[in-house]
Amino acid sequence: MLDKALKGSATYWGWLLFLLAFIGVGFGCYLYQFSEGLRITGMSRDVSWGFYIGQFTYLVGVAASGVMVVLPYYIHNYKAFARITILGEFLAVSAIVMCGLFISVDLGYLPRVMNIILYPHPNSILFWDMIVLNVYLLLNIFIGWNVLSAERKGVHYPKWITPLIYISIPWAFSIHTVTAFLYAGLPGRHFWLTAIMAARFLASAFCSGPALLILLCFIVRKLSRFDPGKEQIRTLGGIVAYAMILNVFFFLLELFTAFYSRIPEHMHAIVYLFFGLEGHTRLVPWMWGATVFAVIALVLLIIPQLRRREGILAIACGSVIVATWIDKGLALVVGGFIPNPFDRIFEYWPTTPEVFISLGVYATGFFVLSVLYKIAVSVKEEVAA
Amino acid sequence: MYDAGKIIVGLIIGIGLLLFPFYYNAGKAAKAPEPQLTPKAKEAKVCVAETSYMKTSHMHLLERWRQEVVRGGERYYTASNGKVYYKSVEETCLDCHSNKSKFCDQCHDYMRISPYCWDCHIAPKETK
Amino acid sequence: MDIDRRKFLKIAGLSAVMGIGGKAAFELLAPKELEASLREVPLTQGKKWGMVVNMAKMDDEIMKRCMEACNRVHNIPNFGDPRVEIKWIWEETYEHSFPGQEHEYIGEKYLGRNFLLMCNHCTDPPCCRVCPTGATWKREDGIVMMDWHRCIGCRFCMAGCPYGSRSFNWGDPRKAPKELNPDFPTNRDYPTRSKGVVEKCTFCDERIARGQIPACVEAANEIREGALVFGDLDDPDSDIRKVLRAHYSIRRKPELGTGPNVYYII
Ligand code: SF4
Ligand code: SF4
Repeated sequence: MLDKALKGSATYWGWLLFLLAFIGVGFGCYLYQFSEGLRITGMSRDVSWGFYIGQFTYLVGVAASGVMVVLPYYIHNYKAFARITILGEFLAVSAIVMCGLFISVDLGYLPRVMNIILYPHPNSILFWDMIVLNVYLLLNIFIGWNVLSAERKGVHYPKWITPLIYISIPWAFSIHTVTAFLYAGLPGRHFWLTAIMAARFLASAFCSGPALLILLCFIVRKLSRFDPGKEQIRTLGGIVAYAMILNVFFFLLELFTAFYSRIPEHMHAIVYLFFGLEGHTRLVPWMWGATVFAVIALVLLIIPQLRRREGILAIACGSVIVATWIDKGLALVVGGFIPNPFDRIFEYWPTTPEVFISLGVYATGFFVLSVLYKIAVSVKEEVAA
Repeated sequence: MYDAGKIIVGLIIGIGLLLFPFYYNAGKAAKAPEPQLTPKAKEAKVCVAETSYMKTSHMHLLERWRQEVVRGGERYYTASNGKVYYKSVEETCLDCHSNKSKFCDQCHDYMRISPYCWDCHIAPKETK
Repeated sequence: MDIDRRKFLKIAGLSAVMGIGGKAAFELLAPKELEASLREVPLTQGKKWGMVVNMAKMDDEIMKRCMEACNRVHNIPNFGDPRVEIKWIWEETYEHSFPGQEHEYIGEKYLGRNFLLMCNHCTDPPCCRVCPTGATWKREDGIVMMDWHRCIGCRFCMAGCPYGSRSFNWGDPRKAPKELNPDFPTNRDYPTRSKGVVEKCTFCDERIARGQIPACVEAANEIREGALVFGDLDDPDSDIRKVLRAHYSIRRKPELGTGPNVYYII
């Protein structure tokens, strides 16, 4: 099937070249970071994780959200999703590729990364995260590839795939739960030390991932003869709506606990994010931006008449993506480090090389995604013809 | 995809690139350098282990030492002749072999390896 | 000092024999004797090392000397930039050392006064719990150690430590500005670190191994005995236990359950 990826229009090749250019620039910046060390980033001894880990966290959510098309089809026998499960699975594959790359560029001593396996320490959540993410990647590659080949040949996929599919469903929940545990078990980081963190992560994943998938479906429909389907997109829209409501609800729960208890450590990070602390306000406009986008998204999603109009759904999905990205890709990680353990404030902002490295990773992910989608869509076109 | 000509050309280029280091180095064979001993090392006569063993396997010994010192907190090494040494690159090895460039680097360079030991461990100042 | 007079004399004698580098001893003592004599040195045999910072005896000058001593023996670079600073032992004001403990009526004696901070060598250290490679771990004698050969620089431990005790090598320490580090590396018998690994105070494990007290304690003792007390918390007769019995002491963020082993007498 790989040959499908090699035959494409000029737009397809142009797009890949465009991504390659970003990959090249990102790689160049990474070489610079590799030789100089991470001091070329905006991170510091106080905010010791930044943009990279934020993107990692966000993308684990995108990867986990693949389950939102797999689960209704295989568990609830919702036939309509049969058309698009492959899109969800391939989105998960490329998201995990990006996760791996973001962790890699964040490591101070990448050549030693195998130490995680050579000296396994199961008491570390990072060890488990490495395991669940890699297994999830393999599951999605296997399932996606085999189901698609079978579809192409017009036969049922091999029997041994079925148990893998059922395993992949709880596994998707596990990857984002374990990722939440990276944060939620650290004493002294009050912003993260909350039992609802995993639930929040899942809720935000299950709105941002399907929102992205909807936008991708629109693009696929525009660029190919394969139509993911009106009903499919409408159902996904419903999923995004419910998940976004939960996501915002969970966040409001955090606000209640922090501000009704009035325990300073619980309030500080939130106050910093939305109003600034001691004159440090770098993230304030972003947070209010996220709030505005979240409100727009909620209004457009909750009213069924609006949500069912595809143009409006696209706007709603875009807003969901922006709002959840600011919340998880930017504020969550940085907010956890502010104020620092000495109740002092050191702010963080990514540097240009850091942003370019991140763009390079995103370009790599989208490269993988484009190739995989090209294959999937070509097979669908071929079967339909 | 089905263009045999292109595939063959590609294969040839690929194999050529793979072999590049070999013909790049062809005809450059140099004589293996001999590590030089400082007067202090000469006078000591014995190292912490047999010279032949040290020549081929000092890295394994160092690797073991580092494991024992850092992970196990054991800092003393008893040689086969009963002599006790303090397991330290700086304070024991380089105390005798204070001529890193002539004792260590020559061979490492010849072998084209650059051990990362020196990223952290400090070589003695050499007087030329 | 955390050792009684008789034992102290023994150590003093032995250290004299060993010399600063500890090399001379091997020529003078037979192997068995050397091991036996080291075993007798109480400073190599602790079960639970701990430290008391006695602020009643501490002053700015002593703190400065302590920090200088540590920076010197451990080749700690000065980047001149608080964002990438490496800190093993450092000072911080009362209200930032014990955040949440200050109140508006607190006297000037405390508010704004500098305290000496370092890794607490916690009894249940979160830094070790989260490390995916075991590059930082709790030794049997209580020291929370670092293995700079193994660390991959994921910085999970920095997120895990609630005391800001861990520093990351954001850049190569040997590239620290020359003007700020005229004679770096200051101790050629101790390694520098490579870029991309995390480091912190190790209670001078390399000195304890040869029966020497940590560099900061030695520096403090030169000015005033008892400003810093280092010793075995497991030994009820140790000086550190005596000091802790005699005075009221506090620890940083005890409510987190990490069990810090650095005590402050106010
Ligand atoms: S103070 Fe921090 S670095 Fe030191 S042992 Fe405790 S948690 Fe670990
Ligand atoms: S940075 Fe190093 S010591 Fe810290 S958790 Fe990662 S591997 Fe362990």
